[in-house]
Amino acid sequence: MTRQGASDAARGVRPSWPIARKLTLFLAAIVALLALVSWGMVTSFAREAAGRTQDNILAASATSIAETLRSEGGQVRLELPYAAFSMLGAISEDRVFYRVAAGDDVLTGYADLEGPDVTPGEPSFGTLPYRDMNVRAVSVMRVILADGEAVPITVTLAQTRGGVRGIAAGLSRQAAYLSVAVFLLAVGMSAFAVRSSLRPLNTMAQHVSTRGPSDLRPLRRRGPPELMPLVRALNRLMDRLGGSIKRSEDFIAEAAHRVRTPLAIVRTQAEIALHSVEEEAQKQTLRRVIRAVDDSSRSASQLLDHAMVSFRADDLARERVDLPALAEGVADALRPTAEMKDIDIALAISPAEVEGDAILIQNALRNVLDNAIKYSPAETIVRVSVGNGGGEARIAVSDEGPGFGEEPAAHLMERFKRGDKVEGVVGSGLGLTIAEEALSAHGGRLELGRNVEGGGACVSLILPAA
Amino acid sequence: MRVLDLARRVIAAAALMTISGLACAQEFEIEDRRTYPGTGSATLRVISTADLDVIEPFLLRFQAANPEVGVDYVVASSSELNRAIRGGAEFDLALSSAMDLQFTLANDGFAQSYRSGVTDALPDWARWRDQLFAFTAEPAVIVINEARFSGLPLPRTRAELVTMLRDNPDRFAGSVGTYDLRVSGLGYLFATQEARSSDAYWRLTEVMGRLNARLYCCSSQMIDDVASGDLALAYNVLGSYAEQRLDEDAGLAILPLEDFANVMLRTALIPVTAIEVDAAATMLDALLREGMGQGTAEPVLPPLQTRGEADQLPFGPIRLGPALMVYLDRLNRESFLEAWNAAMVQQ
Amino acid sequence: MRFLLVEDNAELADSVVQRLGLDGHAVDHAATLSDAEAHLEVADYDLILLDVMLPDGDGRDFLARSRDRINTPVIVLTARSQISDRVGALDQGADDYITKPFDFSELEARCRAVLRRRGGLARNEITLGAAVFEPNAGTLRHGDAVMDLRNREIRLLEVFARNPGQILSKSQLLDRLFSQDADVTENAIEVYVGRLRKKLDGAGVRIETVRGLGYRMSL
Repeated sequence: MTRQGASDAARGVRPSWPIARKLTLFLAAIVALLALVSWGMVTSFAREAAGRTQDNILAASATSIAETLRSEGGQVRLELPYAAFSMLGAISEDRVFYRVAAGDDVLTGYADLEGPDVTPGEPSFGTLPYRDMNVRAVSVMRVILADGEAVPITVTLAQTRGGVRGIAAGLSRQAAYLSVAVFLLAVGMSAFAVRSSLRPLNTMAQHVSTRGPSDLRPLRRRGPPELMPLVRALNRLMDRLGGSIKRSEDFIAEAAHRVRTPLAIVRTQAEIALHSVEEEAQKQTLRRVIRAVDDSSRSASQLLDHAMVSFRADDLARERVDLPALAEGVADALRPTAEMKDIDIALAISPAEVEGDAILIQNALRNVLDNAIKYSPAETIVRVSVGNGGGEARIAVSDEGPGFGEEPAAHLMERFKRGDKVEGVVGSGLGLTIAEEALSAHGGRLELGRNVEGGGACVSLILPAA
Repeated sequence: MRVLDLARRVIAAAALMTISGLACAQEFEIEDRRTYPGTGSATLRVISTADLDVIEPFLLRFQAANPEVGVDYVVASSSELNRAIRGGAEFDLALSSAMDLQFTLANDGFAQSYRSGVTDALPDWARWRDQLFAFTAEPAVIVINEARFSGLPLPRTRAELVTMLRDNPDRFAGSVGTYDLRVSGLGYLFATQEARSSDAYWRLTEVMGRLNARLYCCSSQMIDDVASGDLALAYNVLGSYAEQRLDEDAGLAILPLEDFANVMLRTALIPVTAIEVDAAATMLDALLREGMGQGTAEPVLPPLQTRGEADQLPFGPIRLGPALMVYLDRLNRESFLEAWNAAMVQQ
Repeated sequence: MRFLLVEDNAELADSVVQRLGLDGHAVDHAATLSDAEAHLEVADYDLILLDVMLPDGDGRDFLARSRDRINTPVIVLTARSQISDRVGALDQGADDYITKPFDFSELEARCRAVLRRRGGLARNEITLGAAVFEPNAGTLRHGDAVMDLRNREIRLLEVFARNPGQILSKSQLLDRLFSQDADVTENAIEVYVGRLRKKLDGAGVRIETVRGLGYRMSL
């Protein structure tokens, strides 16, 4: 985790929330909201419907009671219809209270039951407290003629609301189950949908990441139109990248030409001057000039090599490379240089083959061998051995020079990578870096060690055998 | 005996008149009382309409199972019981055959809720709001003195009964008994339910009125009189009481009618004033278990299962519900009794 | 040796001509490929030094075109050090390449190597008293004995042989003998002089020490 994080951070990629998770959560939140809203609506509908049912029954009961009201001999009479109460008990076990009153005169029922205000003709409803609880009450008013006098009679019927609550709660509970089920289903489906819609993106990413870093061919994948801008942008980027790589190569070549030609003139002129001047101090100066020019030229070469290695390593060729032949060619090319110091290049060769980019391996070996020659004392032997063993091909270059001292190899690599100057081994660092990069591009490595026989350095180029 | 009966009637009538509002009187008439001390300090106070000789086996069984609970059993008429509970008398359990009064007690908030595995096992029609629980199903029956019917074909329906009574005024004059609706809550319940179910009721009442029917407060007295031969027929007697007497008194018989039978549910409730709620719940559970035929012994009263038989008949037991309030209404009662009076006490 | 230098940069060309002249080589200069063609029509060269970037074309293309007509060894001069360039040059018929700026000692060494490889190196004998010195073969015959000389010994002896009776300072010898990158001290000259003296012993040739000035070979 931390390694991954560190490497991602190093590449400047700081992942935010994954799109898939974000989308799924977002959809889940929406679904949850919808489920909640629909549950709330169903609950309130259920409550309202149950309430309305109760109201209707109450109203029907109250009305049927009111219809029995009549006047007999100046007396208001009524009969509570059995059905009116039977009806109230039909759907729930709610407590029932009633009151029939002519004005404030209670004719029958619960004297303390106060119904909602009412006008003749229309039942009026109300939820009101009665005996420590809330009851739903309906009042119906009917005017009866008694003794030629219009007497308004109010029939109030009240019922507790347990049944309504029970029905509403039952419906609400069922709606809740349904909402939860719908939520789970929708979340599952949205996760699936998100994943399948992101699949083209993933396959594209995979496609891009599995190709070589310098494989700058345009993407030719079919995909949803939403991805097309990304594909086009990627292709444009790769196009520009390709162009700029080409331009930098040209630029490097051109720069090399421009730098080296004047260097060559300076060097040649300095050498000519060296022959004509007599004074030792001037000679020293000229020698220093020549040496400086040589250092510059060497650095330029190495920088170019380095650029070339980085470039080729990105898009590694995979061909069979015959290491002995390659080593012989490199040794031949460097032999004139070696001979100038009476250094022999001794080749000890046994068959070895690897798969890779011959030019890169050649370059690696040339840099290593060049170093060895450069820092070997005159009249010594640089040994190049090529061999195969343990699944690895190995080219070892050992010299009788000053070696790398006691420093651990890894440490030394670190130093030359930083460009530090190893005492007496000026400029060797970049050459080794080039070699190391060329090798690691092949899955190989560079080993720095000591030449056991001659006491100098031993640099091994190790590659996976083909 | 007569004085007591009279007093009882008066008080019962008074109690019936006040179905709503708070009853202020703390006093109420009791008919019988027996105390069964327990080993513990708790005493369960039960007020009931069931006679002690009927219920005692159950009480003894209960004490055998719960020896620590003492039982104070008070017998009262259904209207007295109603009055007592409304008046705030402290009882832990109220058992009554007057479904309508029991219902109004629960409806008016005098019962507390109770739930247990046993109450949950009760069929829906046998409970209301977890406050009112039926533990018996007792039909109203016609008890006859077989000797008084000799030579006559036994009627099978109320219509045949009406015809037979009308056609034999000499034989049955002054020999027909039924509840005095003005004093008997149960009689009133049976009468109103029957009037609602069948118009034969009013014709029967008229015929009985013409035959100078004798009016009673209670089932047992009617059965006594039938047994002694004073009465040829007692109408709407509590079947459970009658069954017990069949063995003792030869010549006593229940007249099976095929048209319908009213079935009353004896109900229990735990009053809000209850103190020994746990003990009350234990006894209630025991009652209900017996009522569902799951008791340890033969139930003392007809269990609810008779409902199954009742289902075969056109009418089931009287339903627990707000409809029970209808005939308790002051105005309804007045007009019903007026009509009954007109029919029964014609002259 | 006779060189044809094909190089468009006049300044560099002048310097190279001058510098090779110091070593006693004859150098013709051609600034363009057509110029080079003209030179090759009329003269024979031991070696062609060919720049790759020329005004009228790429030196490597010229090489590929004219390889079957011209048998002269070619060393490509390049400012580009990319291996692909080098390989391209070698593939197209160059015998060797050298990157600008080059060490003249290295150029000479490479020339010698190329010529030796091609078998085009003339037999060249210098008689030193009773001994015969063959610089191209790197041998010194003295009676029946044939001694192989090492590269630096050959070049030192060559310097002495070409300048008999002249006093040569250590510094002069140093500059002629060693490329400038190696940190060689004047003591090294003493070592090589010592070796040559031993090998020339009895040949009637001596390398004398001129105190404070240097060395002189006297026959």
